[in-house]
Amino acid sequence: MIPAEFRYERVSTVDEALARLASHGDDAKVLAGGHSLLPLMKLRLAAPEYLVDIGPVDELRYVRLDGDDVVIGALSRYSDLSRDPVLLEHAPLLAHVSASVGDRQVRHRGTIGGSLVHADSAADLPAAVLASDAVLVVRGPAGERRIPAAEFFLGPFTTPLEPSELLIEVRVPRQTGLGWGFEKFTRRAIDWAMVGVAVVGGRVGLVNMGGVPLRASATEAALASGASIAEAAALAADGTNPPDEPHATAEYRRHLARVLTRRALTTA
Amino acid sequence: MKVSIEVNGRPVTEEVPDRTLLVHFLRDTAGLTATNIGCDTTSCGACTVLLDGESVKSCTVLAAQADGHAVTTAEGLAGPDGALHPVQQAFREQHGLQCGFCTPGMIMASVSLLADNPKPTRDEVRAGLEGNLCRCTGYHNIVSAVIDASGQEVDR
Amino acid sequence: MSIVGTRVVRQEDQNLITAGGTYVDDLRAEALSGAVHAVFVRSPIAHARIGGIDVSEAKAAPGVLGVFTAADLGLDPHPAGPVLESWLADDVVRYVGEPVALVLTEERYQLADAAELVDIDYEPLDAVATIDAALAGETLLFPATGSNIVQVNGAAEFDDAIFEGCDVVVSQTIVNQRVAPAPLEVRGASCAWGDDGRLTVWLSTQNAQIARMQLAASLGVGEESVRVIAPDVGGGFGAKIGADPEVTVLGWAAKRLGRAVRWVESRSENLTAMTHGRAQQNTVTIGGKRDGTVLAYRLDVIQDTGAYPRVLFLPTLTELMAVGVYRFPKVETRSRAVVTNTTPVAAYRGAGRPEATAAVERAMDMFAAEAGLDPAEVRRVNFIRPDEFPYQTPTGASYDTGEYAAALDKVLDTAGYAGLRAEQRRRREAGDPVELGLGIASYVEITGGDGGGESGRVDIHPDGSVVAWTGSSPHGQGLGTSLAMLLSDQLGVPLDKITVRHGDTDEVPKAIGTFGSRSLQLGGSAIRQAADEVIAQARELAADLLEAAPDDLELDVEHGVWQVRGAPSSTVLSWAQVAETAGDGKISADVWFGGGTPTFPFGAHLAVVDVDTETGKVELRRIIAVDDAGPIVNPLTFRGQRHGGLGQGAAQALMEVVTYDEDGNPTTATLADYSFVTAAELPDFELVDMATPTDRNLLGVKGIGEAATIGSTPAVHNAVVDALSARGVKHLDMPTTPIRVWAALEETGKGSAQ
Repeated sequence: MIPAEFRYERVSTVDEALARLASHGDDAKVLAGGHSLLPLMKLRLAAPEYLVDIGPVDELRYVRLDGDDVVIGALSRYSDLSRDPVLLEHAPLLAHVSASVGDRQVRHRGTIGGSLVHADSAADLPAAVLASDAVLVVRGPAGERRIPAAEFFLGPFTTPLEPSELLIEVRVPRQTGLGWGFEKFTRRAIDWAMVGVAVVGGRVGLVNMGGVPLRASATEAALASGASIAEAAALAADGTNPPDEPHATAEYRRHLARVLTRRALTTA
Repeated sequence: MKVSIEVNGRPVTEEVPDRTLLVHFLRDTAGLTATNIGCDTTSCGACTVLLDGESVKSCTVLAAQADGHAVTTAEGLAGPDGALHPVQQAFREQHGLQCGFCTPGMIMASVSLLADNPKPTRDEVRAGLEGNLCRCTGYHNIVSAVIDASGQEVDR
Repeated sequence: MSIVGTRVVRQEDQNLITAGGTYVDDLRAEALSGAVHAVFVRSPIAHARIGGIDVSEAKAAPGVLGVFTAADLGLDPHPAGPVLESWLADDVVRYVGEPVALVLTEERYQLADAAELVDIDYEPLDAVATIDAALAGETLLFPATGSNIVQVNGAAEFDDAIFEGCDVVVSQTIVNQRVAPAPLEVRGASCAWGDDGRLTVWLSTQNAQIARMQLAASLGVGEESVRVIAPDVGGGFGAKIGADPEVTVLGWAAKRLGRAVRWVESRSENLTAMTHGRAQQNTVTIGGKRDGTVLAYRLDVIQDTGAYPRVLFLPTLTELMAVGVYRFPKVETRSRAVVTNTTPVAAYRGAGRPEATAAVERAMDMFAAEAGLDPAEVRRVNFIRPDEFPYQTPTGASYDTGEYAAALDKVLDTAGYAGLRAEQRRRREAGDPVELGLGIASYVEITGGDGGGESGRVDIHPDGSVVAWTGSSPHGQGLGTSLAMLLSDQLGVPLDKITVRHGDTDEVPKAIGTFGSRSLQLGGSAIRQAADEVIAQARELAADLLEAAPDDLELDVEHGVWQVRGAPSSTVLSWAQVAETAGDGKISADVWFGGGTPTFPFGAHLAVVDVDTETGKVELRRIIAVDDAGPIVNPLTFRGQRHGGLGQGAAQALMEVVTYDEDGNPTTATLADYSFVTAAELPDFELVDMATPTDRNLLGVKGIGEAATIGSTPAVHNAVVDALSARGVKHLDMPTTPIRVWAALEETGKGSAQ
């Protein structure tokens, strides 16, 4: 219930944040909404020496159009994203997924950046961002790099982010007018997805079907070659490696992936 | 570090350990014990307060993160003359509480829900309160209380 | 007009909704200033010998005032059924969560840091994680006893002859799964020894007086040296009866340190170290004729008691209530209780009766299905009839009153049963992958079953106000308001001049407390009896004042005044005036009501579910309920108890289960993992009222606290099986989680394709 001791530091600009991260190296964790990190720290599954609170970095909260992209500041909260008019029009999948994370209280704190950097394959946003073919903008002491979503999730809770780097922006190619769908299967409404499927523009992102968010590439290929939704959805579990647990076995999850993919594609 | 939070309109300032959770700051430092702790996994919502007017689970916010911000707890809802807030009044009228332990958090979550959605349906209330657990009431009267507080008729 | 039976908003609420009440961790009493904080170090392993405990590093941690183990305590272990349970584990730990050491620090935030440093060497033993493993007996939790079976009751041998003459016989093993009571307020206690040598314990409990008895005995002091106060209690549901063993250790530590001690557990501790509920495996065999008449019923109960069999009446209560609402000509029951390396099991809302109802209601549905009959019809054929009461069951229960057919009829009528069956047929004919399921449960349960009494005291003050004390210990039920209403009605004093107090052993020294749905019938009868005596005393006083014969005096309850009968225009006396003349300056009566006998509320529930046969997801759409507990004192709180019961009962059927892996490690140890039901999973409840009185206590009431829980679990469970019945599924164990539904359909090969 009580985290191990740490030193708290607060910054209000990206440059300040980077300076702190540079000086602390991997002794520090970034604190945004805190709803991935603090629960771990309270159970003492994480115990960083420093917390760098970037909550006041207002320059990272925005949603706007930039050419062909919708660009989202990394500190944008789920609650704001779920009703942002620009997002609703140009990337409604992400607005809808944001609205389904956790509960209202969680959505008032959790951020898109926090979710992506935490890189939990059971979380909703990473799969939706993957299906959206987004590009993640990361800034560090050496400058900025742009990492495609397909290269951002390296393993469970593992991204290419160095300890000295900060995710600052998510760039999503416009989805204006594209069909999209999101199916999230849970035991209870507030639970993490047992399996989730995010669909947009013929791309299919899978939640909790492996150690990283995955694309249902066999389904995508089938769709691209003209297969029916039913035929394509039947391939949704190909190449996946879902967790095998008593209340949700791998076999059951594969079955769900197929059913949910069919449903999401039908909605889209 | 020194943390200063405006709680129910009054500034509360104290030197506290960096790792102090907002819920403990409210209960122990500010002496406001209505906000309760019911779990350790951000699941139950008994600790729900308003942070700058929005509902949050205060067990998953550091007091330091709330430094310089405003918090409203259940104790801060009634009017200066003691008049109950409409949501408090409705919870009583509809028997939306039994043991009362989840109630302050449930009331704050309901206040926040109604601020966003002034005339919710019963289903919208249920979804909006999914982050607040209650063991006693079976939720039926809690939903009725929120509907009542919204000025809509309670028909079940 | 009597206030009894009218909807009255609770007196209890004002404080709860404005200041949030005062639960044990909120207390800022003078006696607790400077209190130290406590945490238990608990076993992380299900079964092990303790090799050694090194507390040196922990003792040196910041703020640590003491680190204590069994060796320090010097307290004799306490009996748990036929075995002994140590206050802190001595040489063997037997469940994950068992307390092994106590750490005390100045500041709350220092606790976890210090506790982490307590170094305990565990030598693992094989864990007995299941009932089957316990029965197999390869590993014994208590080798000296020679068996993991700690209690046997009922038929020594079963006789298959009882099923002779049956056209249809069905048998099934049914799991009534382990669940966690999980009240929103976890356990907590604060202890302070005064300069006068008395120990005061503030405890989140359902009965302070029982807790006091237990603590005095375990700490080796007289009861007069212990005061227990139950402040506001955030839910109990049977799991906060008396004082858990941790409290004795805290009391001991407070004495040892010479400081007050505060303790509150974490939720993770609560989910593994607060007692669990249910955990039975029941094998039913039911046989009868094709016309639906049941001829014989057999119930074979195995109770998992967890590591320490603290509450052994659960399975025998299940046997007692085995026949439910039915007239079964031949009945056999037997129960065995076994220990396993899991959390101890104790009472949880219903405590032994839900299990009986769940078993017989599944049996009735399976019998109906096998015989090709409608489940409602089969029940009607076998109900005990209203003219058969009082009814002595073959299992030894004496039912007082019941209208079982009427209850079922009301529910089916309100639900529109025929229309629902038609909808079910329509969907099946259309090949709809979402099946509609209808589940019925007819139930009866025993309340006030402990057979004990209750205390009640009523004082009337010279200002005309009434202060009453009850031995009952309400913790959310609204009993205070109900008792105040009864007093208002009986005495003619307005509600706002009546205060009801409870929970402090200095104010109420003798009581049994709140559990088993006993409080209104027994606590209420005690208050009624005390008020009767107050009225008798007042009659004499008023007679003196009015210079009339006591028999000529009457109490006009509508106006709350005493007057001479038949002379309304002459002098009347207010309660205040009468009380002023009383010897002590008040009129007082303090009674023990010992005259109640168990009562049997009953009801019928119908659950309507949608089952998505593609994914296995179950949605509870409706639940319609009759819960008859006799005359209703406050319909508002009466319905509240039913709502709460319906919620918990449905939750067990649909989603809640405590699970362990094969090594006895809990896998549902947080509220994120344990599927505690939320508002989003439950529908609005449709309640239908019925009130059939009893003659077994002064108020003619039965207990409502657990009844709805008992009916709703089998109703929802039966609904899910009913939904799948056209696809070859005959039974499915609870909870009916999506994977179980899907797996059942996979097995019959009749799921919806994908």
